[in-house]
Amino acid sequence: MTLGLDAAAWTAVLLSLRVALVATLCALPLAIWVAHVLARREFWGKQVLNGLVHLPLVLPPVVTGYLLLVVFGGNGVIGGWLAQTFGITLAFRWTGAALAAAIMAFPLMVRAVRLGIEAVDPGLEEAAATLGASRMRIFATVTLPLIAPGVLAGAVLGFAKALGEFGATITFVAAIPGQTQTIPSAIYGLLQVPGQEGAVVALVIVSIVLAMGALIASEWLARRVRAR
Amino acid sequence: MIDVALHQRLGDLTLDVAFEAPAGLTAIFGPSGAGKTSILRAIAGLTSLQSGHVRLDGQELSHLPPQARKIGYVFQDARLFPHMTVEQNLAYGGSHDRDRIIEMLGLGNLLNRRPANLSGGEAQRVAIGRALMRAPQLLLLDEPLASLDAARKAEVMPYLERLRDTAKVPILYVSHDMAEVARLATTLVLVRDGRLVQAGPLETLLSTPALIPELGASVAGAVLPVQVTDFDPADHMTNVQAKAGRLMIPGQIGTVGETLRLRIPARDVILSDVAPTRLSALNSLAVTIQSLTDTHDGYVDVALDAAGDPLLARITRRSARQMDLKPVQGIFAIIKATAVNR
Repeated sequence: MTLGLDAAAWTAVLLSLRVALVATLCALPLAIWVAHVLARREFWGKQVLNGLVHLPLVLPPVVTGYLLLVVFGGNGVIGGWLAQTFGITLAFRWTGAALAAAIMAFPLMVRAVRLGIEAVDPGLEEAAATLGASRMRIFATVTLPLIAPGVLAGAVLGFAKALGEFGATITFVAAIPGQTQTIPSAIYGLLQVPGQEGAVVALVIVSIVLAMGALIASEWLARRVRAR
Repeated sequence: MIDVALHQRLGDLTLDVAFEAPAGLTAIFGPSGAGKTSILRAIAGLTSLQSGHVRLDGQELSHLPPQARKIGYVFQDARLFPHMTVEQNLAYGGSHDRDRIIEMLGLGNLLNRRPANLSGGEAQRVAIGRALMRAPQLLLLDEPLASLDAARKAEVMPYLERLRDTAKVPILYVSHDMAEVARLATTLVLVRDGRLVQAGPLETLLSTPALIPELGASVAGAVLPVQVTDFDPADHMTNVQAKAGRLMIPGQIGTVGETLRLRIPARDVILSDVAPTRLSALNSLAVTIQSLTDTHDGYVDVALDAAGDPLLARITRRSARQMDLKPVQGIFAIIKATAVNR
């Protein structure tokens, strides 16, 4: 079952899926927490946090990629520390691609989850508090179930964004086949070579199928959540 | 015993009230915007105090978060968790005395329903049950009937009376409806503009002439405790006994031996200096005038003593002058039977 994809294209597809999945799963809990803080708390520097979260959405992706290279690269502040302390390298690795995808998808996830949280009546959380529930229990038993559709929407949006991320990824981790070459960078690479239109079309179709599949899955899940 | 002193600035309103409430149902009454809900929120710990105290049976609570206070709060809009069944809602804070509470509030056949499928009255009963199952030391009710229509109010009211009579927890009940308050409360706390006007036993406050402007002329009047003696099926009337004498009420009310609280509006009490005979108003009590208060708009509010129970009459200034009413004078209070309501 190759679906008209050669081995290199398959590698890119599987890598893209892994990168997008890891990026989404790692970023989602943090996105829920940040969305909760932004929606429910008042604190000094809230606008700064809000701005930082949204920065990847408005910054040219290449700039984000460059900043990632500066901070997380081998000589970067955090990258150097990670390499020396834990022997972890992010630049030019698939984990770096996942980090870039997560950061680019983060604002979309936060926005979707925040909308969900703002739609929940804070009075319900108050009622839970008067019934003796701790903050953690209120979040787990009242807030989280009620924002499940928002969380799902955020996850799908984030996954789709992570799947399609190109600019920051190629700047931070380049496009090494089998290592960091995701679907978009594979398509871009193929377009630079004459006579590869067939391979390009195959990858484009895979992209469309994945995106549609994610949307349909999220619709189905959201309907199940609402039906509960 | 609840003992609170609350000082708090909330936007335009400065809350500055202190009162004590004994066991039983204490109504917090006042116009909209008087700070009634703010008082409950501060007691529950949903807002923090600038200064003051919240003491429950001598225990200071004001430094505790709402989770640690063991104070049940029934919100005006019920606030049931929409993603849980009635049963799950009830169990959220505990399952103290579960079966009796379900029985008392008539929740048995609602347990598997979702809040979206409950009527307003049913939702309020579930909210009350949910608060009670946490075994609270104090129960706060914020206008639980305000969002209900007359039929639903009539449906929930008996449950509230039963709650007052059987639950051992003291209840603070916020309302702006004097009919509700007169029927349910034992103690009354009057508030206005975030300040305390007066607090005390309901009967005393409702029959205090000086408080009529706060209560409104239409609601001022005494609440008279009476005991049902018998029902006369021929005339379809219930005979009841007050300390000062016998009263007759149209319809069959209560059961023999039961103690009722009759609300007697001041406007429905007529004064006469001779014992009335052959009058269509059936009820007359021998009373003593305690004080006369001129309202400056043509009326005189007369505080009366009916063998130890306070009564209140509102008559015109002209009648008061023509009858030459004076304190300590003995007189007859005539109460039209239909004017008496519980």
